Amino acid sequence: MSWLSRIFGKKESSGAVAKQRLQMVLIHDRSDISPGLLEQIKDDIIEVIARHLTIDPESVVVNLAQSSRESRLVAEIPLQLNGRRQKSSVDSDSE
Amino acid sequence: MSGKVITITSGKGGVGKTTVTANLASALAMMGKKVVAIDADIGLRNLDVIMGLENRIVYDLVDVVEGRCRLRQAMIKDKRLPELYLIPAAQTRDKTAVSPSDMIVVCDQLRQEMDYIVIDSPAGIERGFRNAVAPADQVIIVTNPEVSAVRDADRIVGLIEAEEKGPAKLLINRLKPGLVARGEMLSVEDVLDILMIDLIGVIPEDESILIAGNQGMPVVLSSANGTSAGQAFRNVAQRLEGQDVPFLDLTPKSGLLNRLSSWLNKQS
Repeated sequence: MSWLSRIFGKKESSGAVAKQRLQMVLIHDRSDISPGLLEQIKDDIIEVIARHLTIDPESVVVNLAQSSRESRLVAEIPLQLNGRRQKSSVDSDSE
Repeated sequence: MSGKVITITSGKGGVGKTTVTANLASALAMMGKKVVAIDADIGLRNLDVIMGLENRIVYDLVDVVEGRCRLRQAMIKDKRLPELYLIPAAQTRDKTAVSPSDMIVVCDQLRQEMDYIVIDSPAGIERGFRNAVAPADQVIIVTNPEVSAVRDADRIVGLIEAEEKGPAKLLINRLKPGLVARGEMLSVEDVLDILMIDLIGVIPEDESILIAGNQGMPVVLSSANGTSAGQAFRNVAQRLEGQDVPFLDLTPKSGLLNRLSSWLNKQS
């Protein structure tokens, strides 16, 4: 019984796992962008931005997002001001 | 008279395209429509055995396309219903024996005398699939509530959109209501959330389908008329005719535990 395992904090029901896995795999299928290509794009973006601004490459996130049947490329690049990470973006990241 | 061409496809194999084709064609014929089912799975024909007409094949689709017989000669009449026919696939040829334009020519001819032409597409997205989809007025994508089948169905949705065939409709086959209630199977809502196309039917897993396959008698025709799968197929046929038929309530009726379980799952 899935709800029993949920009460005891054991695991998510396999139906929910199936849905999440499908959503992830379809984002890549629909856009024809592999996780590897996404990494490459991320590296290129970091390189270009770093030419002009100070950023922390580790905190850059590039992902595909899905709304109805449209895919979007979403890049999140926290800026470091005067050599420090901006307070606000650290806060929003941690939430 | 201009008949409607309905293509049953799925991407993934084994989800029940042939069963759906046989049952929808039969259900439409039971409603008094003139129906021909075409097996487009050249080289791996099976619609003939599911419909129980395998012993009466003389000519097939490839014979028609290559001019060895007239269209009428390849149409096997199903004696159980007044106006149900089958055009079988060739078994010893491959998909390239027929082209998408051949299918359009054959279907345009059939449209003149039939109400419905129901095409059983092969699995995959290659030539056989393109043959089956080329003449379609309406594409029905069959899927099972499983990760692999839904993923392939999504690919087909994209390909049908690219073909500008108008929106495909979804038929979810082999749903197990008990498993869904326990959260251990994708629900109808989950699948619709993901694929974002219109639903035309939900067929519950039903052992009468297997028995019907053994006997070569589609469930909608068999004496076991009380089966939920049979009813679900008849409902799909009525929806194709434009009737507004409510979806069957597939929540498990038996077992307090199942119902309690389903309720608790909804709460969390």
